[in-house]
Amino acid sequence: MTPKRKPKLSVWKFASCDGCQLSLLDCEDELLTIAGAVDIAYFVEASRAMVKGPYDLTLVDGSITTAHDAEVIQQVRRASKYLVALGTCANSGGIQALRNFKDVNDFINAVYEHPEYIQTLKESTPISAHVKVDFGLNGCPINKHQLLKVISAFLQGRPPMVRSHSVCLDCKVKGNICVMVMGTPCLGPVTHAGCGALCPTYHRGCYGCYGPKETPNTAALAAWFSQRLGMSEPNLVRAFRAFYANAPAFRQESEAHDR
Amino acid sequence: MTASSLKVGVQLRLAAGDFQALLDALASRGYRVMGPTLEDGQMIYGEIGKVADLPVGWTAFQEGGSFRLEPRPDQAFFGFAVGQQSWKQFLWPPHQTLYQVQRQGAGFHVIPGAEAVPKFAFLGVRACELAAMAVQDQVFLQGPHVDPTYKARREQAFIVALNCGHQDPGVCFCASLGTGPRAAAGYDLALTEVLRGQEHFFVVEIGTMRGADLIRELPERIATPEEVDAAARVVAAVAGNMGRGLDTTDIKELFYANYEHPRWDEVAARCLNCGNCTMVCPTCFCHTLEDSLNLTGVAGERQRRLDSCFSVDFSYLHGGSIRTSPKSRYRQWLTHKLATWIDQFGCSGCVGCGRCITWCPVGIDLTEEVRAIRETAAGVRKE
Repeated sequence: MTPKRKPKLSVWKFASCDGCQLSLLDCEDELLTIAGAVDIAYFVEASRAMVKGPYDLTLVDGSITTAHDAEVIQQVRRASKYLVALGTCANSGGIQALRNFKDVNDFINAVYEHPEYIQTLKESTPISAHVKVDFGLNGCPINKHQLLKVISAFLQGRPPMVRSHSVCLDCKVKGNICVMVMGTPCLGPVTHAGCGALCPTYHRGCYGCYGPKETPNTAALAAWFSQRLGMSEPNLVRAFRAFYANAPAFRQESEAHDR
Repeated sequence: MTASSLKVGVQLRLAAGDFQALLDALASRGYRVMGPTLEDGQMIYGEIGKVADLPVGWTAFQEGGSFRLEPRPDQAFFGFAVGQQSWKQFLWPPHQTLYQVQRQGAGFHVIPGAEAVPKFAFLGVRACELAAMAVQDQVFLQGPHVDPTYKARREQAFIVALNCGHQDPGVCFCASLGTGPRAAAGYDLALTEVLRGQEHFFVVEIGTMRGADLIRELPERIATPEEVDAAARVVAAVAGNMGRGLDTTDIKELFYANYEHPRWDEVAARCLNCGNCTMVCPTCFCHTLEDSLNLTGVAGERQRRLDSCFSVDFSYLHGGSIRTSPKSRYRQWLTHKLATWIDQFGCSGCVGCGRCITWCPVGIDLTEEVRAIRETAAGVRKE
């Protein structure tokens, strides 16, 4: 039996903090196995070797915020057989998508001494707004164990087992007592699982950093925050306008309270 | 006390000050005693080594979507109703590796999960919780497919029941279902906590010979008729003070005639479809199996995980999910719990503990939903 050619992996970064692609380097124990299973062809943060495409598996970190990036992502897509978007930036536009709610020129003028040097788009948009995404792995940052599942599933040629239910299910499996019922507002009931219910495990409300779950009922949760837990309208806007501000469900909910 | 006087049904008096002897007797027989305890200001079921591990002097106020712990004026050991957790987490672990596989040539080799069976003693099991165990016995022990994990743990478990004495059962409705507040069967020993003036004692009823053997070592005596009566009055007071009620008259017919009742839309507008009600329910047993392979594809494992009919993936069949709307999921859950469960297992899936009400983050109350449907029901027999 001739050995199979190892799949070629590429990792690309757009507007992001890098945290998601660092999750790959953070796979300390498994990193050598990954390096053995795939040919790391393009991963600027890890290696100066830059092998041209086509790539079998491409991981994309970051959102599209410049005209240049909007062109590059087209090239990346053309060179990639299977493209995975990593994290909030690549999947919803990231925290930088807060610009989408304002005029970006106001920010540029307030921040930079020479605004004329800055060339940027009006909005920060997810990868899926530009090219076809084969799989989106959510989180801010993503969970490295889930990333390993995605890579492993790709290598086995089957769909990744990444579940889109609420954080609550993970909380209950862990035996956590519900922080919301104990009085702390928590986005867990509308948020996509994957973090292992990190914040509620430490008695904090969920901040929604894995984005909306499937069929999230943000309006009912916001009504309870407001009527029963006394949350003000500005704080409701802040609750839904953070890591996944631009995800449609959260965006719609924050806009409903931003008057 | 002579061995012959300790029979099933005999009621004894154990002073609160001697309660440690009960814990010690269980521990000396190799049981891990689990019961209600406070941890980081939250009530859980955890290890009970000494009386002080119990939430002595604490009570809990419960309403839809709200659970509040507060000090009590007395030193009651069990002065609250049930908390979020239930015994199912011990009898049927919510996350378990069933087996591992190792690739061998063209095939693979299965390595079964080799988990030692923990020997639990459950302390303070309420009547509703005993009823829930009886329901799960139907699910896991009857029929052709017996669940070995549940069976092994259930057979080992020593059960110290507690007849409810909590005077503010905000979300409870066991009385309307006939599942409580008095433990009827399924325990080794059943306690009733009595506090009056300076007196604090337990009336202990023997439920099995195993219970009789254990209690023989304790510094107790036969309870007087007056003490037995005092205990009965504690429980009767709770029964007359339930915060909720559920009318189960023709309940199957009610649900089967009302799949399209407008109330389903109203509750779906409030329901977060987060799945909390199913996770805290002591009878909900739905689960999923997750297979995983390592990166090199030579080793894998199958895990079982508690799941919920409120997630869209749960009803995923070839090609897609069959219950895509939150409305269809809530309707599925409640209809199963209260109606189709009866066809499936011969009993209701609800025991009246109220957990799904308290631990619903937005306080949806199934008793209220049933009442609303009943009030404007289509096609219900009125005799």
